[in-house]
Amino acid sequence: MRYLPLTDTDRHSMLATIGAKSIDDLFVDVPAEARLSAPIAGLPNHASEMAVERHFSNLARQNMAASHHPFFLGAGAYKHHVPATVDHIIQRGEFLTSYTPYQPEIAQGTLQMLFEFQTQVARMFGCDVANASMYDGSTACWEAISMAGRVTKRKKAVLSSGLHPHYVSVAKTMAHFTGDTLDTALPSLAAVTDADRLLAAIDDETSCVVVQYPDILGRIADLGEIAAKAHAHGALLIAVVTEPVALGAIRSPGEMGADIVVGEGQSIGVGLQFGGPYVGLFACKEKFARQMPGRLCGETVDATGKRGFVLTLSTREQHIRREKATSNICTNAGLCALAFSIHMTLLGERGLRDLAALNHANAVRAAERLSAVRGVTLLNDSFFNEFTLKLSKPARPVVHALAAQGILGGVSLGRLFPDASELENGLVIAVTETVTEDDIEALAAALQEALA
Amino acid sequence: MTINQSGWRPEMGVSNDEPVATYTGNRALMLEEALIFEIGTTDTTGVDIAPAPKVASRLGGLDRNTGIGLPGLSEPETVRHYTRLSRQNYAIDLGLFPLGSCTMKHNPRLNEKVARMAGFADVHPLQPQETVQGALAVIQELAVWLIELTGMYGVAMAPKAGAHGELCGILCIKAALEARGEDRPVILVPESAHGTNPATAAFAGFRVENIPATAEGRVDLAALKARLGPDVAGVMITNPNTCGLFERDMKAISDAVHAAGGYVYCDGANFNAIVGRVRPGDLGIDAMHINLHKTFSTPHGGGGPGSGPVVLSEALAPFGPIPFVSLMKDGTYKLVEEESAGELHPQTFGRMAAFHGQIGMFTRALSYILSHGADGLRQVAEDAVLNANYILRSLEDVLEAPFAASGPCMHEALFSDNGLAEGFSTLDIAKGLIDEGFHPMTVYFPLVVHGAMLVEPTETESKATLDQFIGALRSVARRARQGDAALKSAPRFAPRHRLDETLAARKPVLVWKEAELAQAAE
Amino acid sequence: MTRFFTDEHEWIDVDGSSATVGITDYAQGQLGDIVFVETPDAGKSLTKGGDAAVVESVKAASDVYAPVSGTVTEGNPALADDPALVNSDPEGEGWFFKLTLADPSELDCLMDADAYKAFVAGL
Repeated sequence: MRYLPLTDTDRHSMLATIGAKSIDDLFVDVPAEARLSAPIAGLPNHASEMAVERHFSNLARQNMAASHHPFFLGAGAYKHHVPATVDHIIQRGEFLTSYTPYQPEIAQGTLQMLFEFQTQVARMFGCDVANASMYDGSTACWEAISMAGRVTKRKKAVLSSGLHPHYVSVAKTMAHFTGDTLDTALPSLAAVTDADRLLAAIDDETSCVVVQYPDILGRIADLGEIAAKAHAHGALLIAVVTEPVALGAIRSPGEMGADIVVGEGQSIGVGLQFGGPYVGLFACKEKFARQMPGRLCGETVDATGKRGFVLTLSTREQHIRREKATSNICTNAGLCALAFSIHMTLLGERGLRDLAALNHANAVRAAERLSAVRGVTLLNDSFFNEFTLKLSKPARPVVHALAAQGILGGVSLGRLFPDASELENGLVIAVTETVTEDDIEALAAALQEALA
Repeated sequence: MTINQSGWRPEMGVSNDEPVATYTGNRALMLEEALIFEIGTTDTTGVDIAPAPKVASRLGGLDRNTGIGLPGLSEPETVRHYTRLSRQNYAIDLGLFPLGSCTMKHNPRLNEKVARMAGFADVHPLQPQETVQGALAVIQELAVWLIELTGMYGVAMAPKAGAHGELCGILCIKAALEARGEDRPVILVPESAHGTNPATAAFAGFRVENIPATAEGRVDLAALKARLGPDVAGVMITNPNTCGLFERDMKAISDAVHAAGGYVYCDGANFNAIVGRVRPGDLGIDAMHINLHKTFSTPHGGGGPGSGPVVLSEALAPFGPIPFVSLMKDGTYKLVEEESAGELHPQTFGRMAAFHGQIGMFTRALSYILSHGADGLRQVAEDAVLNANYILRSLEDVLEAPFAASGPCMHEALFSDNGLAEGFSTLDIAKGLIDEGFHPMTVYFPLVVHGAMLVEPTETESKATLDQFIGALRSVARRARQGDAALKSAPRFAPRHRLDETLAARKPVLVWKEAELAQAAE
Repeated sequence: MTRFFTDEHEWIDVDGSSATVGITDYAQGQLGDIVFVETPDAGKSLTKGGDAAVVESVKAASDVYAPVSGTVTEGNPALADDPALVNSDPEGEGWFFKLTLADPSELDCLMDADAYKAFVAGL
C-alpha cells in the first residue's frame, strides 16, 4: 500500500525489539468484545490512485462549475480570478505540510507570513490590529459579538437586517446557549438599509450593533452615525465585510468608527470550493487586542538579536486557559490565510483598486442592462459588485429555470429567506471581473424569456 | 494563588555562534527575507487587470479617498518572497514530525489533485442543488464511511475544525437535556484532557469538574461512578487517552454514565490508533469528533484549515446541526437547511457556520479513505501503534516513561523529564532535537506528567527514519541528563535561535508600522 | 503597617481599614517572566479565598485569590505598562490591588513573615 513504508520484514523485526509476538499483543488493552477481527465488512478494500481519481472525476462531472457557465452568484462567496502563482505556492510542501508554528525557530516562514497577513487585514479594514484568521466570516461574526459582550459586560446585541441570514442563524444558535439576546429583523425590499431601525434600537443595555457592509442586498451605507450613537451609549460597532474586494473602492469600516471589523476572506486567493474551507478575518482597535479570539502572531527578537516572529498572547487560547478560555477556536485557517496574503501581495494596493474598479464598472453595466429587461427593476441606489433585482414573479423558480439552460443566475431571496414571502421576487446578482458582456447578454435574454 | 506551572518557561539560553561573516546576512541556501512592507510599494502589482470602463459611480458617496497601505510585488518577486519564507519552515515533507496528538502523517498528493477538480473547487455553495449533486454525493459518501468506521448512528459534517466539532457534540448534549427538561450543570473531564475539552464545556454553560486518573494513567472508574448523579450532564473522554493509553474501562464508563442519565462525549483526536480495529460506537459513546486533518490525512497547512465531523449516537442524532445532506427516495441528494429543518430535523440545535462544511477537506479525506480502503485503514492503525511501541521500548532506558511498565502504549509514547540534570528541562531536549533535524515532539502536554514529551510517529514513517530519530533522541537525552551546557544554546543551526516570547507577550507588536510612526509611538 | 501572608503566596499590607495585596517573591520566582496582570476593577467586591486577579506568564495563567473580603479601591496602574515589576519588586512596586476590609478579623488566620518563611521552607 503506497502510503505505508513498513515492510513485513520491518514489522517482524520491530515486534521482536518490542518483545511482542504479534500486533494483537499491542492491542491487549482493547476488551475482547470491542476487537474487530477483520476489516469492517461492507466497505471496499484499498484502491489504486487511478481508480480513486476516476471515481472522483465521475462525481465532479455531475456538477456545474462556475467557470464553464455564465455565473452571477454571490451572497457571501464570490468568484474572482486567482492568479496561478497562488496555488503553486500554497502547494509547496513547506507550507502545505507544516504545522501550527509552536516551535518558532523552524517556523519563521509561517510566522512571518501571518504577521504580514495580520497587517494586510488590519490595513484593509482600517483597524489597528488583526488576528491570524478564524474559520470563516460567520463564526468570526459570532466571536465578535461574544467579545463585545465581554468588553461591555452587556448581553444585548442588535443585528442589522442586512446581515447574511447564515450569519444571523449562527449567532442565534450560539446566543441560545450563552444567554445573549439578539435583536434581529428581516430585510425589506427597499433601496435604503435599516440604519434608522438600528439607531432607534441602541440604548444603555446594548453591547454591540452588527452591520454588514456592503449588505446582503448589496446596499452600501455610511456607518458613522451608527458608530457615534453606539459609542455614546457605551456600545461597540461591529462591521461585517463579506466581500473584501469592495474595500479597494469604498471607505473602510475602521475609519468610519467600527470597533471590531470581521469578514470573509474567501474572495481573495481562496476559491469557491462549494462553501469551505474559507478564511475568517478579525480586526479591532488596539485597546481591545487582548480580548481578541484566535491566534496572534507577534514580532520579537531571538537570542542573537535578529528579528523574528512568534505566536503570542497565548494565554487567551483554549488549550492553555482551559475552562476559563473566552473563545472556542483552537486553530486558524492557515493555508487559506496564506492564499489570501499571496493574492493580496500580487495585487498590491494598485491592483486591488484596479480590481475593485473593474468589479464595480462591470456591475454598473450589468445593472443597467438587466433593469432594461421587462419585468426587472433594480432595487439598489448604491452597490459595489452585487445588487438586488425585483422580478415580476418569484425568483426561486426562475433561478432553477436559468440553471436548466446552463446559466447560474444569482441567488434568490427565496433561497436565503425561505419564510419571507414578501421577499420572494428578489434576486441577488453578483458581477465580478470574471463576468463578460456575453455572460450579461445571456442572462438578460434568459431573464426576458423567463419573465415573459 | 494557584501557581500554575503547566506551561514551559521560555529560556533564552546563550548564543555561542560566531558572528555571520557575509555581506547579505545569508548563509548559502539559508536566505533572510524582509517583510513585504519593506520591499513592496503601493504602486507595484503582479497582476494585469484590464482597465475598468468608465461608469457613473454607484458607491453611495462612500468612495475611498485615502490610501490603504498595501504593498505589492511583481510575480517574480512574489514567488521569491514566499519561496524563501517556505524554506524556513519544517514540514512533514521534510522529515518526521513526531507531535503527539497531532497525527502528522504524510499528506498524499492525490488528495490535492482531487480537491482541485473543477466540479468540486469551482462550485458555489448556493447553486441550485440539482447542479451540484456530485458534490453533495461526496459529502454523503464520506459521511457513510465515518459512520461505518466508528459504528455510530449519524454524523454531523458541519463543524469546521476539531474544537468546533467538540462544541457541536457538547451542544447536542445540551439540546438533548433541554428536550428532556433536565438541568444538569456539570460535565466531568479528566485532568489529562486537552484544554479545548473543558473550554468547550464552559462555553456551553457547564461547570467543569475533574475526574482523577489511576496510577496507570487511565480514568479512575470508581471515582467517576462515585461522582455521577442527576447534576452530571456527561463526561468528555479521550480514547485512546492523551497519555497514549487505551481506556480499558471505556464500556463500563459509558454504561455508568448512561445509567446515571448522562451522555458520553469522546474526543476522537487519537482515532488513528484504532481505526479499523475498534469501533468507538461499540464502547457506548454518544458523540465523537473526528479530526480529518489527523487520522484522515488532510494537510495541516501551517495551522489549518481543519475539519471536525462529529459522529452521533441514536440518542443524540436528532439534535445535530443543520445543514446536512440527505439521500432522498428518488436517489437525489438534498441539503437540509433551515427551510426543511422544521419538517425533517425539528430538534436540531441550529446552524454552526455559514454554508455546508469544509468540502475541500471532504474530497481530500475521502480520496485518502478510498485509497486505503477498509483493509488499508486497519493496517494504518496497526503500523501506527507498532511504530509508537518501537519508539517507547527503544527509549525507556534513557527517558522515564511513566506508564511503560503497565503495558503497551497505543499510537503515541509518553516520557517525562525525570532524571534530567539540575537546570535542564524538556524544553532543552526539544530545542536540541531541532539541531538534529527533527521537529520536536509535543511538549508539556498532557499536564498530568511533569515535563511531558509525547511522541507520535504515525504509520507513514519508515523503520530507518524511526531508528535515526531514536538515535538522535538518545543523544539529546543523554546530553540533558549529563547537563551539557551547549544544549542551552540550542537550536544553533535553525534559521533563528530561541526567540524572546516574554518580550512578545509584554509588548505585543501585532502589525507592521512605518519606522517614523513606530518611533513616535514610543 | 503590618504585613500578613497566605498559604497561597499572597501578601497583604494592612493600614487601618485599607490594605494592599500582592504576590510573594517565592511566587514570582515559581512563575517565571510575568507578561500580564489582570487586576480587579475599583468597586468590585471580593470574598476571602475567591478569585481576585490573574497573573500571566508566557504559557500559563495563574489565579490570585483575595486574602480577605472587601471592596477594591484600585488596581495597580503601573502593571499595565510594566508587568515585569511583579518579577523585579513583587513585594513593593509590583503590588496588585488595594481594598477596604470588610471584616478585619479575617486577618487572624493569616501568617506573619516568620510563619510564611517557615512555610515556604517546608515546600
